[in-house]
Amino acid sequence: MNCTDFLAKLTDFFDGNIESELMAEVSEHLGHCRHCEVVVDTTRHTIDIYRGNEIYEFPDELSQRLRSAVMARCEGVKPAPAQAEGAESVGAAGSLR
Amino acid sequence: MMAAHNSTFAELPPPAAPPVPVAVVEEHPDVALVARAKAGDTSAFEQLVKQYDRQIFRTANHITQNREDAEDITQDVFFKAFQKLEQFKGDSKFSTWLVRIAVNESLMRLRKRKTSKTVSMDQDVETDEGSIPRDFAEWRPNPEQIYSQSELGDILRKTIGGLPPGFRTVFTLRDIENLSTEETAEALGLSVPAVKSRLLRARLQLRERLSRYFRQKTEATK
Repeated sequence: MNCTDFLAKLTDFFDGNIESELMAEVSEHLGHCRHCEVVVDTTRHTIDIYRGNEIYEFPDELSQRLRSAVMARCEGVKPAPAQAEGAESVGAAGSLR
Repeated sequence: MMAAHNSTFAELPPPAAPPVPVAVVEEHPDVALVARAKAGDTSAFEQLVKQYDRQIFRTANHITQNREDAEDITQDVFFKAFQKLEQFKGDSKFSTWLVRIAVNESLMRLRKRKTSKTVSMDQDVETDEGSIPRDFAEWRPNPEQIYSQSELGDILRKTIGGLPPGFRTVFTLRDIENLSTEETAEALGLSVPAVKSRLLRARLQLRERLSRYFRQKTEATK
């Protein structure tokens, strides 16, 4: 396996989505290719650093403001009545007794 | 007929192991909330808004790179979801359904901003940048200790903002919002191989760009 072959498998490698036979080839390549080892390490750091840092602030005040605005808009729009869903509602089941 | 069946069963060896208990599949709590909301319980819908507003805002902000747009989109996504609640059949997770609406709204917003220029999932993905790694410097042990939280935030925002929308969106859904490759493909209307290919290049481009900030200055330590 060369570096190009390895890169082609990088997404599957990160997702743990590689058959054991191919995994042995990947591990062997990583064992002797310092460049690919660095690429794997720093790509993993890249993903972790984005996952671990909330880069867009979302304060409680904003959450409340947006939620109030959404609920106010929903007020004017009545969702379809429960009866339209069929006989699954409590009321319908009760009427069978 | 029955006798023939019985004699066939009688010839079978006894079961080797006791019957395996049927696994109880736990229902996702959203299922009950969605059912209540469909039945007209607005407090249940409000609970869903509370649960997912941060995720929807973050997704919209990543794609549009604009805070005001992300606020508007967050409102629009939940309002549309409320209007179309009957269309949600539970084939996917409720959060994935919301994310799909958020992606559509965000891409539409990008299109509007660019007026005549079309913005799509295919835009700029032909670039070769990042497809071949060029920077092989190791990073300092912990980049988060080198920069203050606000400096790091600036670097991360600038770096992801520089990616083409098609790459940025795939990276956001797959690596930040933790959707599976299949869910990402479904949300974006792309094939699984297309998601994998874009994800690889998005990750490599981001890695390459962050390396400029986080690389070990080996020459400085000599």
